[in-house]
Amino acid sequence: MTVTAPATDQVTGSNATLRAFLHGLPGVDKVGADARAAALGTRSIKTSSKVFAIDLAISMVDLTTLEGADTPGKVRALATKALRPDPLDPSCPAAAAVCVYPSMVADVREIVAGSTVKIASVATAFPAGQASLRVKIDDVRDAVAAGADEIDMVINRGSFLAGRYLEVFEEIVAVKEACGDARLKVIMETGELVTYDNVRRASWLSMLAGADFIKTSTGKISPAATPPVTLIMLEAVRDFLATTGRKVGVKPAGGIRTSKDAIKYLVLVNETAGDGWLDPHWFRFGASSLLNDLLLQRNKMKTGHYSGPDYVTLD
Amino acid sequence: MPTKDSATKDSARLAVRKTYKLFIGGAFPRSESGRSYVVTDAKGQFVANASQASRKDARDAVLAARGAVAKWSGATAYNRGQILYRVAEMLEGRREQFVAELRAFGVSATAATLEVDAAIDRWVWYAGWSDKVAQVVGGANPVAGPFFNISAPEPTGVVALVAPREPALLGLVSVVAPAIVTGNTVVVIASEPRPTPAITLAEVLATSDLPGGVVNILTGSPAEIAPWLASHSDVNGLDLAGIEDAQLATDLEIAAADTLKRLVRPAAVDWTADPGLSRMTPFLETKTVWHPKSFEGAKGTAY
Amino acid sequence: MAVFEYAPAPESRAIVNLKPSYGLFIDGEFVEGTETFKSISPASEEVLAEVANATEADVDRAVAAARRAYEKVWGPMSGAERAKYLFRIARLIQERSRELAVLESLDNGKPIRESRDVDLPLVAAHFFYYAGWADKLDHAGYGPNPKPHGVAGQIIPWNFPLLMLAWKIAPALAAGNTVVLKPAETTPLTALLFAEICQQADLPPGVVNIVTGAGATGAALVNHPDVDKVAFTGSTEVGRIIAKAVAGTKKKVTLELGGKAANIVFEDAAIDQAVEGIVNGIFFNQGHVCCAGSRLLVQESVADEVLESLKRRMATLRLGDPLDKNTDIGAINSAEQLARIKELTAAGSQEGAEVWSPPCELPARGFWFAPTIFTGVSQAHRIAREEIFGPVLSVLTFRTPAEAIEKANNTPYGLSAGIWTEKGSRILAVADQLRAGVVWANTFNKFDPTSPFGGYKESGYGREGGRHGLEAYLAH
Repeated sequence: MTVTAPATDQVTGSNATLRAFLHGLPGVDKVGADARAAALGTRSIKTSSKVFAIDLAISMVDLTTLEGADTPGKVRALATKALRPDPLDPSCPAAAAVCVYPSMVADVREIVAGSTVKIASVATAFPAGQASLRVKIDDVRDAVAAGADEIDMVINRGSFLAGRYLEVFEEIVAVKEACGDARLKVIMETGELVTYDNVRRASWLSMLAGADFIKTSTGKISPAATPPVTLIMLEAVRDFLATTGRKVGVKPAGGIRTSKDAIKYLVLVNETAGDGWLDPHWFRFGASSLLNDLLLQRNKMKTGHYSGPDYVTLD
Repeated sequence: MPTKDSATKDSARLAVRKTYKLFIGGAFPRSESGRSYVVTDAKGQFVANASQASRKDARDAVLAARGAVAKWSGATAYNRGQILYRVAEMLEGRREQFVAELRAFGVSATAATLEVDAAIDRWVWYAGWSDKVAQVVGGANPVAGPFFNISAPEPTGVVALVAPREPALLGLVSVVAPAIVTGNTVVVIASEPRPTPAITLAEVLATSDLPGGVVNILTGSPAEIAPWLASHSDVNGLDLAGIEDAQLATDLEIAAADTLKRLVRPAAVDWTADPGLSRMTPFLETKTVWHPKSFEGAKGTAY
Repeated sequence: MAVFEYAPAPESRAIVNLKPSYGLFIDGEFVEGTETFKSISPASEEVLAEVANATEADVDRAVAAARRAYEKVWGPMSGAERAKYLFRIARLIQERSRELAVLESLDNGKPIRESRDVDLPLVAAHFFYYAGWADKLDHAGYGPNPKPHGVAGQIIPWNFPLLMLAWKIAPALAAGNTVVLKPAETTPLTALLFAEICQQADLPPGVVNIVTGAGATGAALVNHPDVDKVAFTGSTEVGRIIAKAVAGTKKKVTLELGGKAANIVFEDAAIDQAVEGIVNGIFFNQGHVCCAGSRLLVQESVADEVLESLKRRMATLRLGDPLDKNTDIGAINSAEQLARIKELTAAGSQEGAEVWSPPCELPARGFWFAPTIFTGVSQAHRIAREEIFGPVLSVLTFRTPAEAIEKANNTPYGLSAGIWTEKGSRILAVADQLRAGVVWANTFNKFDPTSPFGGYKESGYGREGGRHGLEAYLAH
């Protein structure tokens, strides 16, 4: 699918033109999309390709903690784990980023500064997004000022579902501006958008507004990331690149807990958007427990026998 | 139909005889060959001259039938039923004429009346089938997956029929009505020895709102015409009811095989018995349509 | 950026215990034939087993066994008992499904992903479905107390060996017939494994007989005077020969023949799913599918976009070892079929159509053909009219729905068709006007035992599957 290159200012000139554009995107047949995602889920990734996929997946993890009970101690431990997921094996890649609330950014920074590990922070009144734009922008500015490399914002699902697309668009534009050099991940909360048509439209809307990443979920709503939703987002970034020449990343988040799941997502990436996205710069997993399962499987591949939870670190 | 001179013996008036022609595309042409043949009664007495259709008449009839397919098969089942019932009404109004035509062949008054009544009733019976056959032979299929799946019958297209030699009227109606009620169009070769009721039936059909070309009636020799229909690439089905020569039937079946026509072989049939679906289903295709059925966030059915 | 190579992931062959040679399965026993032929793996040309070539005398013995079983055992048996045998067979197929899938992929060349996920589940489901009919025939809509014909002679093709066996044997047995089945000469092995399953199920001898061989064996079966019913799936050419052979007899016939299906993509289609449907329509089972969507009719206004997406998608198809779990496109079934595909594609190029294939390395041994599309095809080209029966798609364009329908129907075939549009009224109206026995709207190549399958026009007559599929095996 290639969508005729939109002159962004024309498409986004009014809610009516934006709606006309988004509703003019090709529809998604649910049964077909589910079947495609399921078929790719049957790929058999074994031996050397599994070793490769596990390390790639580790390098794509946004190691996340977003709890009310988060403390400096907790996030520092997590950041340390992101730097050296397997303390006994220096060949194990670092995670992509640590993802925390804005108030924790400075603590993470102390640990990961100077490394490849990025600092990601949710902002914009995460997870509900129910605050004024002024508050959301301040939230973003605080996170960026504290040293966040990446901002994970949530869109206003209420506005989107009510058809007030321009409102959502303008909010993303404002947040993007507040991000400065930080990369912006736009969380669409696909579990609340529900339909695949909405996922496709929200993906395009976010990208038109300047998103550097489109992300499925906050992790607070079920369902979070699913393979078919990620498939549709991968199609969107693929088509957006073909249309506009700008490449956007994808981040499924929430509910991805096993290596087997992660590898299925990598297959989706490989066969939908293509290997151009098989890079932590363009694809991330928003996860917490996934990392340890990847490490257990990594040990199994290395030693030939199954590992156990006492052989990976718990933080 | 009082065509014999004897019928007018006591009258001072000379009867106006009827010319029996073919029925093609809603019109009544003579055979393009210019040929006719003498129709006689059981005792060999002259009854009428009938047109002797040629292969070119058969070709024209197939063309007319093909031309009528879209409109007739596209008509609503309700509409087709109305028209078939209209045929019965018109036939009823001309009962006496058909009885007389059958009697001209030596059929007894009782038998002729019974046959005409049965023929009328058969139109009524098939008229009622128009909007029911799809429900009886089609339906939804419970496939194991998120799909809506339904099978429905559709007409085969153009069907060539060889009507039984006897009973000339009931046999003809019994092969034509089931083929057209479902939306097929037909070319039928009438009983060779008793073709007159067929042409009179054509007059009924021509005045029953039946679109031209849905039924095309040829008179003449099945041995001469049927092979052209059996081998015609634009004919989809073949009913050999009236073929009594086993070798001819075999030859026709072989010819029909070239384009894989749907075929009804000749068989002993009691034309007065309830035909069931036996003459409708051979010229029906089953079409099965699939479509995905699902929506995001579905939580099973509501019941 | 990295390159994600999928390491070989072969399904183990060890599960299949192939004998060096197989006899004919007649009257419940394997009996030696007088002549033999070899069945090879089309992916490697390796000989898998030697198989008996049934002669006229062998066919006669098989028909006699089927007749005896019909008269003495299967005919008189209650429907409820017949049902239990069929349920038993269905369960045995499920239990041995991996073994059957591996053997199917070995003998046929189809990817294990398909034999495992499509063929075998459908085979078992088919036996389950018809098992349940065996004691309910009074309710099938063919009048009270419908009767079987007697002995059914069944001839099946090589593209879905075991699935076609199931389509033939399950309804025949449910209706009370006994069968003599001839598998295709290039794919006899799963039918012979099925014969073992019949033994494991204690199916009475003679109810199912398997005679392996080529055209002459099939002809002997069709022409055998004691066969009451002939069922054939294969080419239209052979279908005609069979229709002629039974002329003047009382034999009942059903024929599932060729096709040249139009897969129609309208401009408002869900394009990504349509592209999947196009790929599934023509590259499923290497295009060795009678209902394959071999003619893509795409609305001109979206033709460039659809083709671009299609080409990108085709570049991800993985061709190679049928037993590799990641293989999408396996081997062409035989040298003969490969030659035919090559001949027709050469004609396509010669007639001026533009050919395209993704970069695709073909294995050195075995029979292979890269997924291929032809653009700039018109209805007058041979590749738009003749069934190629390979992974070759002809692409045509149209401007209006009426033009799409006209082109779709402009063929002597009428087996299947596809429609892709988000507009419900258009789906229903176009489906009405397509002269095809199966119409897939917003999907393609879906099969189910409850769903009738079969063609219009020269795609044959009769239906297989569902209640309709019983009709072929009942006198009524």
